[in-house]
Amino acid sequence: MNNISIEARELTRRFGSYIAVNKLDLWIPRGTIYGFLGPNGSGKSTTIRLLTGLLTPDSGTVNILGLQLPAQAEQLRTRIGYMTQKFSLFGDLTLQENLQFIGRIYGLGRSVMKQRIEELLTLYELADRRHLLADELSGGQKQRLALAAATIHKPELLFLDEPTSAVDPENRRDFWEKLFDLSDSGTTILVSTHYMDEAERCHYLAILEAGVKRADDTPQNLMANMDANIVEISGPNLRQLKQQLLQLGQVKSVAQQGVQLRVLVDRAVTDPVSQLRRDCVGLQPSHQFALVRPSLEDVFVMCTGDRS
Amino acid sequence: MGFFNRIAAITLKEFRQLSRDRLTFGMVVMIPLIQLLLFGYAINNNIRNINIGLVDEARSFASRSIVDAVRATQVVNIVRHYPTVQEAEAGITAGEVRAILVLPANLDQRAANASQSQPLGQWLIDGSDNIVSSALLGLRNMPLQELQRSYRPQASPVFEAVLYFNPERRTPVNIVPGLLAVILTMTMILFTATAIVREKERGNIELLITTPLRSLELMLGKIIPFILIGLAQMTIILMLGHFVFDVPINGRPIQIVGATLLFIAASLTLGLIISTIAKTQLQAMQMTVFVLLPSILLSGFLFPYEGMPRPAQYIAEALPATHFVRMIRGVVLRDASLDNMRADTSFLLGFTLVGLVIATLKFKKSLD
Repeated sequence: MNNISIEARELTRRFGSYIAVNKLDLWIPRGTIYGFLGPNGSGKSTTIRLLTGLLTPDSGTVNILGLQLPAQAEQLRTRIGYMTQKFSLFGDLTLQENLQFIGRIYGLGRSVMKQRIEELLTLYELADRRHLLADELSGGQKQRLALAAATIHKPELLFLDEPTSAVDPENRRDFWEKLFDLSDSGTTILVSTHYMDEAERCHYLAILEAGVKRADDTPQNLMANMDANIVEISGPNLRQLKQQLLQLGQVKSVAQQGVQLRVLVDRAVTDPVSQLRRDCVGLQPSHQFALVRPSLEDVFVMCTGDRS
Repeated sequence: MGFFNRIAAITLKEFRQLSRDRLTFGMVVMIPLIQLLLFGYAINNNIRNINIGLVDEARSFASRSIVDAVRATQVVNIVRHYPTVQEAEAGITAGEVRAILVLPANLDQRAANASQSQPLGQWLIDGSDNIVSSALLGLRNMPLQELQRSYRPQASPVFEAVLYFNPERRTPVNIVPGLLAVILTMTMILFTATAIVREKERGNIELLITTPLRSLELMLGKIIPFILIGLAQMTIILMLGHFVFDVPINGRPIQIVGATLLFIAASLTLGLIISTIAKTQLQAMQMTVFVLLPSILLSGFLFPYEGMPRPAQYIAEALPATHFVRMIRGVVLRDASLDNMRADTSFLLGFTLVGLVIATLKFKKSLD
């Protein structure tokens, strides 16, 4: 049991007649970065709130770091960190004051706190801005400050709710470097996202849709074990061709990507390229075919059953 | 230990934020300062210089001496002379004057036959404003010493009256302590309600609820700065009232601070309850006005409690401001103690305790 961070069984939460999370099973080992990938409204935030004890489940059990929720939620508080989707520190306090405030709330002693704040300011490259108001920071700096605040008490488990939705790609990369450092030092991280590149960095990934877990494995396995092969078609009249392809039973999904169509074909079809050439009437000799490696987006599309 | 440290953390944060919020900080000082100067001078129940008209049909020595005596009261200001009563009445309708003094042609004859107890003249009064008309009605029995000496026997009053605490009957003596209630109601409820709702609006609450911070700690930590602000406002108002308006501070400081603290506590819990209901700062402000208006009109600050009909008295009794207006007037002017005013003291105490329980229960830490 010691190497399990989160264990949830048949976790369910309704809002009125709407089921936000439906019989979710989770098993998250310590020290991993675990991702929730799903569209908006798929239950990512609700699940995080259930796991942090902010919401009480309608049914199901949650065991986090050996504590039962919601009964032992208060005991859990000092052992987890939570970074909200929206920046929720105080814009009218300076960086240092924000960190001092959070440190005091977590009951850090004076000297420990001073040392910890210096550590964090250096680690997150904010030392020269310590006297700026949080409102005056850029998006990336705010993000790093929020991460510093969420980890000031060295939590064993860190929840990040769409942490990089307001950050440019370069800052996002830096941010993930920090997450890998934290993970390396033993912190379990649970992160929700709807960015594919971000999801691909996770050790494990759960794909959620409408409150249900559709798939759950390492990103590599998810891509390798996909129920479809990927064919890329380039050539003229792609818009019309897309409509024709969608009529075919073995085609799971078609998406246009610039000058080519990305076609997901059922895995049962052994030679998808020649099959498509035979079945699709609108094809012209000038159309080029290529069998390519699946991406995480393909897995996501397969799981969420999107055919357009 | 953790309990007090967390409260201290919240309080320190509130002070830091307050020191950066110039507008709120300014309001803390400017609201009592401006309102006290404004209302201290503006609100006055001793009416003077009411514009009136005169219809003098007698045009005699007696009529002139009556007019002089009326003028000498300073209650009225004779601005018009009308030749006939009809024209004078038109003047009231047009709003040129508030009242008319009619001295009939047979004034001297009436004055001479004092035994018939016939009135000398007549007041025609615009009764649409009660306070103005009662000031004028007070002139009905004004003594006319010159005439009395020559014509009338001295009438002795039935009762003798002694005025305690405010013998000169100056309005500020009554208004200034009451104003303390109104200003504290306004600032205490509004500041606490918006301070908490603002954190909801900005999403800070979402961060705080995942920390070890408990609801009660958050509320107490947020309340403490406002208690100090309330005491600062009390000092400003009473000091200014004493030195500018010459309001006597007869009560002992400990009693004044005690009464004020009780009221601050009651107002703050009301602000907390509002903050748990309101979703935006605008809603919080609207709800504050909902409480503020009856606190001004029904608390006895402007109009005496005794004059209100029963249902209004019941509403007034439910308002903390009503009890505080009574207490602070009692303590400041009559040197009463909280023990003397046990009913009001226990109401404010009870209100605070019940309010705090409601607010803590309503402010649940989970988002359910």
